[in-house]
Amino acid sequence: MNRVDGYGRIDRSRTLRFTFDGTVYTGHPGDTLASALLAHGVRVVGSSIKLGRPRGITAAWNDDATGLVQIEEPFPEPMLLASTVELTDGLVAGGVNGQGRLATVADTARYDRRHTHCDTLVVGAGPAGLLAARTAARRGERVVLVDDRREAGGSLAPTDRIDGRAAHRFVADVVAELAGYTDVLHLQRTTAFGHYDDGFVLALQRRTDHLGSDAPGHLSRQRVHRIRARRTVVAAGAHERPVAFADNDRPGIMLASAGREYLLRYGVLVGREVAVFTTDDAAYAAAADLAGAGARVTLFDARTTTPAHWTRACTDTGVTVRAGTVVTGTEAGPDGAVTAVRTGPAPGGDPAGGTTTPCDTLLVSGGWTPAAHLFSHIRGTLVFDDALGAFRPGGAVAGTEVIGAANGTLDLAGCLAEGAGAQAPSVAPEPERVPTLVTWWTPGDPARQFVDLARDATVADITRALDAGMRSVEHVKRYTTIGTAHDQGRTSGMIAAGITAELLGRSAGDLGTTTFRPPYVPVAFGALAGRERGDLFDPVRTTAVHPWHVAHGAVFEDVGQWKRPRYFPRPGEDMDTAVLRECAAARRDVAIMDGSTLGKIDVQGPDAGEFLDRVYTNMMSSLRVGRVRYGVMCGNDGMVGDDGTVLRLAEDHYLLTTTTGGAATVLGHLEDWLQTEWPHLRVHLTSVTEHWAVFPVVGPRSRELLRQVFPDLDASNDAFGFMSWQDTALDGVPVRLARISFSGELAYEVNVDSRYGLALWERLVAAGAHLGITPYGTETMHVLRAEKGFPIIGQDTDGTVTPHDLGMSWVVSAKKDDFVGKRSFARPENNDPQRKHLVGLLPTDAATRLPEGAQIVEFAADGTLPPPPVPMLGHITSSYLSAELDRPFALALVKGGRARIGEVVHVPHEGSLVAAEITGHVLVDPEGARRDG
Amino acid sequence: MQLIDCPWCGPREELEFHYGGQAHVSYPPDPQALTDEQWGHFVFFRDNPKGPFPERWVHGAGCRRWFNAVRDTRTHEFLAVYPIGAARPGVPGGDA
Repeated sequence: MNRVDGYGRIDRSRTLRFTFDGTVYTGHPGDTLASALLAHGVRVVGSSIKLGRPRGITAAWNDDATGLVQIEEPFPEPMLLASTVELTDGLVAGGVNGQGRLATVADTARYDRRHTHCDTLVVGAGPAGLLAARTAARRGERVVLVDDRREAGGSLAPTDRIDGRAAHRFVADVVAELAGYTDVLHLQRTTAFGHYDDGFVLALQRRTDHLGSDAPGHLSRQRVHRIRARRTVVAAGAHERPVAFADNDRPGIMLASAGREYLLRYGVLVGREVAVFTTDDAAYAAAADLAGAGARVTLFDARTTTPAHWTRACTDTGVTVRAGTVVTGTEAGPDGAVTAVRTGPAPGGDPAGGTTTPCDTLLVSGGWTPAAHLFSHIRGTLVFDDALGAFRPGGAVAGTEVIGAANGTLDLAGCLAEGAGAQAPSVAPEPERVPTLVTWWTPGDPARQFVDLARDATVADITRALDAGMRSVEHVKRYTTIGTAHDQGRTSGMIAAGITAELLGRSAGDLGTTTFRPPYVPVAFGALAGRERGDLFDPVRTTAVHPWHVAHGAVFEDVGQWKRPRYFPRPGEDMDTAVLRECAAARRDVAIMDGSTLGKIDVQGPDAGEFLDRVYTNMMSSLRVGRVRYGVMCGNDGMVGDDGTVLRLAEDHYLLTTTTGGAATVLGHLEDWLQTEWPHLRVHLTSVTEHWAVFPVVGPRSRELLRQVFPDLDASNDAFGFMSWQDTALDGVPVRLARISFSGELAYEVNVDSRYGLALWERLVAAGAHLGITPYGTETMHVLRAEKGFPIIGQDTDGTVTPHDLGMSWVVSAKKDDFVGKRSFARPENNDPQRKHLVGLLPTDAATRLPEGAQIVEFAADGTLPPPPVPMLGHITSSYLSAELDRPFALALVKGGRARIGEVVHVPHEGSLVAAEITGHVLVDPEGARRDG
Repeated sequence: MQLIDCPWCGPREELEFHYGGQAHVSYPPDPQALTDEQWGHFVFFRDNPKGPFPERWVHGAGCRRWFNAVRDTRTHEFLAVYPIGAARPGVPGGDA
């Protein structure tokens, strides 16, 4: 055991059992999986993704590039960092060798989100952030403080003192004071992972992961906080940098601060024979602390001058300090873990410094890189600081401040001052520092000097990128993949940029750094999805008759957010059989469908007629009250956007229908014109889609049914002609009937207040039983309308189709001076005879149903396919089996199609070419004899 | 996620809005009097400046009102919002 008595903030009175790679271990509350493994001397955790080299734990928090584990229990999760997984009883995990593995079962945990608004958001509860939050809270502001660790305090050590008392006492006092303000929200285990415009920050709170199997079921596992802050203070600390040297990826090599943190936070002494390689002062504290806990420590400092205070502190605890020396390589034992370091003289150092020193652990410190990610996310400019050897925030971003180590301020007094200004507590003066010797890498084999351990990318890979001509740090990143793994370059990014600059003979500041992008840490998709999964993924819209459809076995299809019955199969029927039966019923007897999803827009006002004349291609102001007219809307480009019917209810009152999918778009289109171009027109638009249930009752016997159900109605053709509407009533409930036909048959649209929709539907179905009334769905509707050549906007059109292309020149008014799209019809492109026309297509074998979307080609005069590229004539837009025609048929958009009627073309289908004859687009009842019954 | 200052509702989240392209491209008084080229320019051609740009926006998930805004295409920042029909306001750093 590497656990040392007297150290750490773990609860040793309780023992947790966990399993790693099949072996059962123990740990304590407060441990991470990494600290518990290190306590048991587990150094090799997994193997690397590309080279399969053994890898261990290199850090104590999210800057670990290698310590990846696969969690099996309590729930399978791939590629988490052992250093960020809080230990729970019963945890089962294993090391990741190569790639992780996604769970094969659904995640039953709940995830949710919360919106929060505040005056000041502070990210990071280290000394700077805590005081910034306290300062804002004392001003009476609404404050949110988030910190990603288990407890506040940042990297304060137990030996640090603030205001004359132990730093952790001071931290506890500030936390307690913050808890006393009702307007302060203080969240630990909460990582701000993205910073966006106008003070918007996303933070992930891990609410129950640390509770393991004790997690209450009613709590969401993780919560995304969507925080809108007037002012954001980034106090996210700094990441220690490694130095690249040969074989720097071996298990047992970790950041110096991590070695110290495992001792001070978890009571784990990571090694007994410890080598420390540093280029600045901070690692001396790690060396002294580990030596004080019983390790034999040798410290190699690249600098020829070492800091006097820290050198004394180290030698007092038995640390051997060797100045002017750098680590150039390591040796490993059979398990791949480090067994010795090779050192050499630093520039200007002792030429005799080259030697080999045995060790079981190597701690490395190349200085500190500010965690300025949240500043960079919102395009904050980073500038290179020569003293830090890193980029730090420069310039200003409105509403954002960066303080403490994230701002490059590494001393405690400075951090406290940036958090609290004049109210900063006092601390002992820091010992004099020796400047950091910025060192990206040391002499050695570049192919073994790892820059990004997670990607197995080395100095040699950077050289290769430069040899290939890459010069920008962004290009080098993409070429080498450095910084693209789970740690997003937290540790590797700066040294990759530094090495690239040095190899190019440029300064690091001149070369610049890659752009940081959210998320700062990996975030589970489940957390981002929140409650919006499964049934709650998207709103589901159903009609008033939906329960009846479900009870009668409808097969549904999604049309936008609507659930629409596609067909109503009887026992043993497949879709084709059911649709043929439904089609036959509509053309021979009577059939009914639920058309309630049609978009409906109520248009009122003295200028309603004028307005509709401008947006439809045909005339609507001349429509008489009581009549119905089909209309087409185009855009300025003259292409068909939507179609539907228009009922004139009164002089100043119209009701429009739109396609089901186009309802919202059409309303938006109308509002746009009304508000921006014609605000003087006195017109009001109201969506009434949900207000009305609509049932087309279709077929030669529909009149018989209507007479039976609505005895007050004169349903004769003279009294109730095609394309007119009438109001009637049933048991006192108003019902509107309209002679509209989307099938060519005698048909009525029955409209009623949605609240009575189901009752009326049931009434119609019951009354029509003796007529064999057949409910039908969207598939039959599509077949019936295609047989009549009625296009579906969005299926037979694609935004490049004019009314003329559809064979509907008759719907384009020649009388009106102008309407939306009119001018475009006069463009030469719109009058090209080779435009694609909507035509019918009959496979000559009368048997093959051609697939929708299939291309149409033409044989050369000699009856063979022309050489590639074979000219494409167009494509099939609709294709069905027809009960009426007793054969398959299709609609297609074909170049110059109307002039080709009678010609035979070919359609590639399942490896062969199917011959098909071009016909007019109306295949059933072209003379329109059926509509009056 | 930006905050957009709807002239009717005040600051609301970006996802409540839809973009409507360049502002101040008025429908011609007499389209039939335009040449094909002029009409083609009206229908298909829009400016794409780097910097302040007048745009049409609609608060589709709010009041459903259209308004104009000057936005800096380099930073996405909204520099001004103003009603349909009003002249484009001068903005700090703007070129108009």
